[in-house]
Amino acid sequence: MRRGNILKLVALVLLVAAAVGLSIKPLTDAKGIPLGLDLRGGVHLILQAEPNKNGTPITNNEMDKAKAIMAKRVNDLGVSEPIVQVDYDKKRVVVDLAGITDPDKAVDILKTTARLTFKDPEGNIVLQGDELKDARAGQGQDSNQGYVVNLTFSADGTQKFADLTTKYVGQQIGIYLDDKLLKNPKVEIPITNGQAYIDHYATLEAAANDAVLMRSGSLPVSMSIAEKRQVGASLGIDSLHKSIRAGLYGLTFIFLFMLVFYRLPGVVADFSLIVYGLIVLWVFWMFRVVLTLPGIAGFILSIGMAVDFNIIIYERVKEEVRAGKSLRAGVESGFSRAFITVIDAHVTTFIAAMTLYYFGSGSIRGFALTLAVGIIASLFTAITFTRLVLRLVVGISAKMKTTWFGVRREV
Amino acid sequence: MEKGHPATYDEVQKIHLLYFNIVKKRYWWFAISLLIIIPGIVSLFLHGLNLGIDFKGGTMIDMNFNKAVTQAGITDTMKSVGLDGPVQLSDGNTSALIRTEALEEVKRNELLTALQTKVGEYDKLGLKEDKVGPAMGQELTRNAFMALIIAMGLMIAYISFRFQFVFAISAIIALLHDVLVVVGLFSLFQWQIDASFVAAVLTIFGYSINDTVVIFDRIRENEAKMKRGDSYEDMVDKSVWQTMQRSVNTVVTVLIALFSVYILGGESTKVFALAMLIGVFSGAYSSIFNASQILVEIKKHMKNLRGKGGEVVRV
Repeated sequence: MRRGNILKLVALVLLVAAAVGLSIKPLTDAKGIPLGLDLRGGVHLILQAEPNKNGTPITNNEMDKAKAIMAKRVNDLGVSEPIVQVDYDKKRVVVDLAGITDPDKAVDILKTTARLTFKDPEGNIVLQGDELKDARAGQGQDSNQGYVVNLTFSADGTQKFADLTTKYVGQQIGIYLDDKLLKNPKVEIPITNGQAYIDHYATLEAAANDAVLMRSGSLPVSMSIAEKRQVGASLGIDSLHKSIRAGLYGLTFIFLFMLVFYRLPGVVADFSLIVYGLIVLWVFWMFRVVLTLPGIAGFILSIGMAVDFNIIIYERVKEEVRAGKSLRAGVESGFSRAFITVIDAHVTTFIAAMTLYYFGSGSIRGFALTLAVGIIASLFTAITFTRLVLRLVVGISAKMKTTWFGVRREV
Repeated sequence: MEKGHPATYDEVQKIHLLYFNIVKKRYWWFAISLLIIIPGIVSLFLHGLNLGIDFKGGTMIDMNFNKAVTQAGITDTMKSVGLDGPVQLSDGNTSALIRTEALEEVKRNELLTALQTKVGEYDKLGLKEDKVGPAMGQELTRNAFMALIIAMGLMIAYISFRFQFVFAISAIIALLHDVLVVVGLFSLFQWQIDASFVAAVLTIFGYSINDTVVIFDRIRENEAKMKRGDSYEDMVDKSVWQTMQRSVNTVVTVLIALFSVYILGGESTKVFALAMLIGVFSGAYSSIFNASQILVEIKKHMKNLRGKGGEVVRV
């Protein structure tokens, strides 16, 4: 009997138990693994830039501008970890808003072109929204004004607005947001301080929405919704709970199977699985991998696959022991021979995962990523942790019964 | 039993209580596979696959009403705003799944308002909506095919590099078998497929070949130890049995994981889990019963082509 090995094993068990206990909170709290919109509600949008009416191609510069404007609008919505990406090839902007409370409003705000224009009485555009410095919603000064959007022009804009209001004293200037006439005020006196307001909004929210649009500027191209995936918040939580339950049941049954079938090494395998799970989750946390529903399915699947390494090794060890080797020698040669097998076998799954990641989009990518991370993590766990524990276990006693390893040896 | 030598063919046969010669009976295994694949292929040509909105484009709304509703009520409301499409009710007629053309936001809001006033209040936080423009659907199909072809090419390259070209070809045939079984069954039963089906097929692609490679790895190892006059068929049969326990146990653990997702994981992962279940099962079957047998078949033909009956095929 080697006391040292037993002590080391006990220490390892305690260490892993402590790691699990200490991991639960940081992995699941607000700064934990980010959850995708299918797990906490939200909306995923693919906005396609419509070809210009005059036939000129859409430039990358315009796409960048559109992206920047979308990002501004998204930030005004107060989403915690918004994703705004641009696909130059396909002229698209992809927006992911997980955890948003009012997805309908978000969609409404994002798809609006929001071209703010000032038109003279003949309907010619005389000033545009790009000359704005700021737009803020607020309460009107008079009680009959309702809610207002206060506009502040840039230096250039102030000059233009002053010229404009001088020229059209006594006439009406129309203020439009896209095709909607917001206000058609009569110019009383020239305005030279660069301040203006649009009043008579029924609610503060309506004023705030328009202010966001005016402030963020107008999209250089008009956008249509090519794809939209919207999940209600309660539905997302429901999916999350269901997935966690599926994962727990799956894990429990795999644990039992390994225990019944492989006895002592089965315990080692189960123990390694816990370490494997911890590694994967911490990798997700570190790289801010967004966990989606297919992602969880991929993770559960990868647990089933991660055991594979243990199974390959144990079967090999059994063979080595049947061929007459001691347990200790069996574990050593079993490991080195099984390793080649495992590498060859897992490279192919990895190829599939990478291809899927490259060609997939949205949640499919999440799945491919979990699968790929799972494969690497299971290899890592097996070579480091499983090997160490198995060595310690067979090192405890030279007279360890081979039946503990599920080998019935006829001598 | 003599100690300190690798197991012989006889010993391998003795360890496995259920032993039978898998390689000799190979035509039976091929027949079983064809029995499942051929109806699937026929159905694929006649009916194709039941494509969901991810492929065809459209809008799908899943909503929970506060009280029971009727199918006619929803269909009529849809008609009143100029829309049609299939409606499925579940959960005691409180939950409705509506499919229709890809809706613009204005139209979509019109529909939801009409449903709320004419059919009943619904849970806004429980709403699930998917809209896919037709162009996106075509892109998904195209990408799926591209991904399959490229993954296949990479795998042939990898296995040819690590083993031999004939191994790669045998593995890919077994793999196409699995894909055809899954796609064929989905066509036969007209189960509706979504984007996750593509993910499932590709994962099956990667996973089933993993199973095959483990057996091939053993064949590669045993092949190197073959003596002049040893039968290639027996060597393959021995290799398949030596890896049998692993093949079975691994598939059991993966199936456990998939069953939990299928039964407990909720609606949106059902298609994925079902496709994976069929694929993993078929993958295990084809790895054990088809891949190595195809290899034996190809090797035998290569030997015959060389016209020298006595030569042992070795590389």
